[in-house]
Amino acid sequence: MSDSLFDQLGGEAAVDAAVDIFYRKVLADDRISRFFDGVDMAKQAAKQKAFLTMAFGGPHNYTGKDMREGHAHLVKDGLNDSHFDAVVENLGATLKELGVADDLIGQVAAVAETTRSDVLGK
Amino acid sequence: MPIIEFESNRCECNPGETLLECLDRHNCPPPSSCQSGLCHTCLMRCVEGTPPPDAQNGLKESLVTQGYFLPCVCQPQTDMKVTLPDESAAPQCSAKVIDKTFLSSSIVRLRLEVDDDFSYIPGQYINIFKDDTLTRTYSLASVPALENYIECHIEKLPEGKMSQWIFEELDTGQTVHVSEALGECFYQADETDKPLLMIATGSGFAPIYGIVRDALNQGHQGEIHVYYGASVKDKTYLVDEMKDMAKDHSNLHYHVSLSRESISGYESGRANELALSAHDDLKGWTVYMCGHPDMVKATQRKAYLAGASLHNIHSDPFEFAK
Repeated sequence: MSDSLFDQLGGEAAVDAAVDIFYRKVLADDRISRFFDGVDMAKQAAKQKAFLTMAFGGPHNYTGKDMREGHAHLVKDGLNDSHFDAVVENLGATLKELGVADDLIGQVAAVAETTRSDVLGK
Repeated sequence: MPIIEFESNRCECNPGETLLECLDRHNCPPPSSCQSGLCHTCLMRCVEGTPPPDAQNGLKESLVTQGYFLPCVCQPQTDMKVTLPDESAAPQCSAKVIDKTFLSSSIVRLRLEVDDDFSYIPGQYINIFKDDTLTRTYSLASVPALENYIECHIEKLPEGKMSQWIFEELDTGQTVHVSEALGECFYQADETDKPLLMIATGSGFAPIYGIVRDALNQGHQGEIHVYYGASVKDKTYLVDEMKDMAKDHSNLHYHVSLSRESISGYESGRANELALSAHDDLKGWTVYMCGHPDMVKATQRKAYLAGASLHNIHSDPFEFAK
């Protein structure tokens, strides 16, 4: 049996390495940074870790309902597909920076993609 | 909706409501203070049902396994039967005030005598209890290797019930109750060569004073830059002590600034802004910041964007009690 996506990426250690780079990219991205104004960094970092663990195919507790409720106030505030795309782009750039192979990056992007309709409240 | 059983009360918890808010709404709240999961004042035990994991963040493993949780950050997912904690779960000890000194127009220093087995790391915080209903959280400025008392710096806040009591009534010789020391904002012994950036405003200088002296006492070799700020000179404190300390340690650089006054010997501007404009690449640095919650939040983000790793940004996480 082949290793899971999560194992191929390097498991929890890889998530930890990715969170620091990914969240910095997101906060520095003028297209989306305003959605993070005034948030608590530590709590947000924990959420980013949970999100990346899920996108990496790891064990997680995310449900569609959580995604929907957690982002509803941002959707009201104008969160749309272009912002979702920007996050996925930052995710891809993070993995590239960490030297992850293109086909694995594609798989991670595909997992992230499954959350789009819940995140955007569609 | 989840039903919360507490003593003789059955309380229905509304969506989005914390368990603490729910008990408060039903007129049976436990004592509480910070309402953000930090001070542990409202600690309760769940004897039936399961507290959500978020409500147990920061608790010792032994408490987690016994079902202890923090109702102020608990959004119940299931019915829960809850009780007040056993005394052993939230240890308190008595502490005698051995010194009370005004350090500036707005800061008073308390030194408290505690039992020899009271253990803490400089920069951690304790709760001081006035009585069963009033408690506040204060950071520790003392260093156990150097001092046999614990030291807190209390800032006078407008309409602050606790600070008013400490400023006006509490006196040397009196005894207060304090909690065990909590928190993770302290010097990491494995970083002796790293550059450290420390930013403090107001009584946020208390933990920084403890952390910087702890670092030097442990032989820290890397550069240490301390940026301390107040609005006016009258509110600054321990400035001469810090200048002397910097003379004795070539790797310690002390900057004191005023945001609303121009006076020679003091830099002009806000401590956090001066610190980050002087150090715009924080990759590999450890950053400590303590003081006003808005300053801390904004500065955490800037320090992180300047390259500091998330796990190397430490802050004293206080919110003002509501």
